[in-house]
Amino acid sequence: MGFLQQKNSADDSIVARIATLVLRLILVVAIPLIAFAVLYAGFIFLRDGNAPKWVITAVAIIWGVGGVAALFWIFNWIVELFSDTWRARLQPFVFVGPALAILAWYLAIPVGRTFYISLFDRDGPGTGQFIGLANYATVFTDRLMREAFRNNIFLWIIFAVPLTVGFGLLVAVLADRSRFERTAKALIFLPMAISFVGAGVIWNFIYVVRPPDTEQIGLLNAIIVNLGGTPRFWPAHTAIAPWNNLFLVIIVAWLQSGYAMVLFSAAIKGVPVEILEAARVDGASEIEVFFKIMIPTILGTIITVTTTVVIFTLKIFDVVWVMTGGQFGTGVIATQFYRQSFIARNAGLGAAIAIVLLIAVIPVMIYNLRQFREQEAF
Amino acid sequence: MAGTRRQKWLSLLLVNGTLLLMVLLWTVPTAGLFVSSWRPRLDIQSTGWWTIFPHREWQTVETLDPREMGLDATGPMQIRGIEATFEELRAGVATPDGAQLRWLGNRRLGRIEVQERVWTVNWDFTTENYGQVLQGKDFEYVNPDGSVEVIPGDNFWGAILNSIAVAVPATVIPILIAAFAAYGFAWMDFTGRRFFFIIVVALLVVPLQIALVPILRDYARINLNGTFLAIWLAHTGFGLPLAVYLLFNYIRTMPREILESAFIDGASHFTVFLRLILPLSTPALASFAIFQFLWVWNDYLVALIFLGGNKETEVLTMRLANLVGSRGNDWHLLTAGAFVTMIMPLVVFFSLQRYFVRGMMAGSVKG
Repeated sequence: MGFLQQKNSADDSIVARIATLVLRLILVVAIPLIAFAVLYAGFIFLRDGNAPKWVITAVAIIWGVGGVAALFWIFNWIVELFSDTWRARLQPFVFVGPALAILAWYLAIPVGRTFYISLFDRDGPGTGQFIGLANYATVFTDRLMREAFRNNIFLWIIFAVPLTVGFGLLVAVLADRSRFERTAKALIFLPMAISFVGAGVIWNFIYVVRPPDTEQIGLLNAIIVNLGGTPRFWPAHTAIAPWNNLFLVIIVAWLQSGYAMVLFSAAIKGVPVEILEAARVDGASEIEVFFKIMIPTILGTIITVTTTVVIFTLKIFDVVWVMTGGQFGTGVIATQFYRQSFIARNAGLGAAIAIVLLIAVIPVMIYNLRQFREQEAF
Repeated sequence: MAGTRRQKWLSLLLVNGTLLLMVLLWTVPTAGLFVSSWRPRLDIQSTGWWTIFPHREWQTVETLDPREMGLDATGPMQIRGIEATFEELRAGVATPDGAQLRWLGNRRLGRIEVQERVWTVNWDFTTENYGQVLQGKDFEYVNPDGSVEVIPGDNFWGAILNSIAVAVPATVIPILIAAFAAYGFAWMDFTGRRFFFIIVVALLVVPLQIALVPILRDYARINLNGTFLAIWLAHTGFGLPLAVYLLFNYIRTMPREILESAFIDGASHFTVFLRLILPLSTPALASFAIFQFLWVWNDYLVALIFLGGNKETEVLTMRLANLVGSRGNDWHLLTAGAFVTMIMPLVVFFSLQRYFVRGMMAGSVKG
């Protein structure tokens, strides 16, 4: 990239450096701020207008998208008015600045702010009391929190992850040998396009229970009654706790298997055919070929899929919230976070739970960074 | 030779048989919902959706009046060659000719029905469920006992427009910002370039729960809660790390010669980006766009927090979740409502499956 590295050591006086810094900072802050002000003014106008809904929708889209595009254009135009040296110094921040500013506001700084809030009692900083790490003690001792950890780790991760990875791998291997590969894969992948709320309704309809003397309209209870069992709303049937959680785990396995399948399918297609054929000629059975050649070759993909599903499962929220609201012993970390932060209004405890969730994904973050460094993209 | 052919045939059967079983397991839940959404309200509540397939059902062929027949319901009764008590008849008693006798109603005023088992299908379908779910006006139902029930419409149509107003800018804005940033990281030189990019990679897996409370406090301070702008910016923030990362990986691999020749011709970074990089990045942009669009369309948590409480801007997932909460037993509404929320993702999915899969494979670790 040598040619693109603009020379900026030519007139590197202190004044120029400071001026650069100041101008860069102004750009980084100004683009989002002006964007924000213009958009906000537009929305005050939109909100107070009595236009039909579809007009508001159309204006909202044009306003939002056009506004951001215009801002980029305006700032670039301003920067291009400067001399070459200054342009080389400032232009990168026109390009990268807005992204960095938004990332800082929406993700990077909130990590620190949430940690700060977690050191206070239920009212948070300002009106609340500083209580140090007491919230973290609560996180690990409170009965509902312990239940949430148990569910999230011992039921969700232990069951949802192998189910998803297993089903995904099974379908990928089978589809690879079938003439109906495309259709089968599309149909199994389809739930990925459905929202968790929608999936919640779909599975609520499978679990729905009617009084025992009437006809069951839910598929599961209809089968159970036919086999001579008692119909129940299984996700909320606390007599079998904690196993009632598995009725929610199945939903996520159903949703996510398609994702695992697609990645495995691509990996399997990448296994060299010559190696497989050579093994078969040497008399290896299909099962040996699968475990001794296929699995080791696609191990990288298996790790990727497993990590993704583990992260996903740690943050599981919508399905549990729509199906049971986290009651009946089905609470998980994210539902407890929501309950504490937005319903019980215990800001400190809610923040502490969020921090625990962040700590749980730090190993993955480190792994990602290490991968990135190995690629040496820079 | 015959042995190996047989073996081959068997293994094919095993492969396709298992595959068919899996496909059935995966499609039946959605199929049941879809079928039910077209069935009349009372049918859904009384029979399973699978009764649209041929099945045997008891059907009344004759009604008997116990009082006319002079039967005494307090003791065992003689009817049609069988002897049964009132309790037995309530549960249904089989007659020697394969029919069933069933007492309906109470002991004094009830009647006896003679039922026979016949093959039948429940093929009554209606579009009324969708009509009610989509519109905002009230609907009147006449129950079998003649009473009239008024159920308010659910105005999913308004929620569809809100979902579009949320999802389109929440997809385009992060793409625009991320494309500029990715170009900057890939082709421009500035201090802190490596440091900032490492931050982007680190932020890939940060759970968005961490940001909800601080951002909500900021929004409350500047009175932004419940507006479209609030949720666009939130989705932009949460989607940006992945967008920058994906687009950077793509833009970085572009041949340097193309850019260099453009610069020699006197083009500025802005022109190169607009005229060259953006058009060449279409596959990557499309992949991320579909991924982000479906993510935003299906999102519930972010919408619940930043749009919650404002009925005017409620999106589809919120409307459906509210329906589950308020009318959890009205399956004619829930099934139709759930399917309405699924139409857009399914259309996008089937028309652009290729891009969607590609975007998903690249973005395995979204936070």
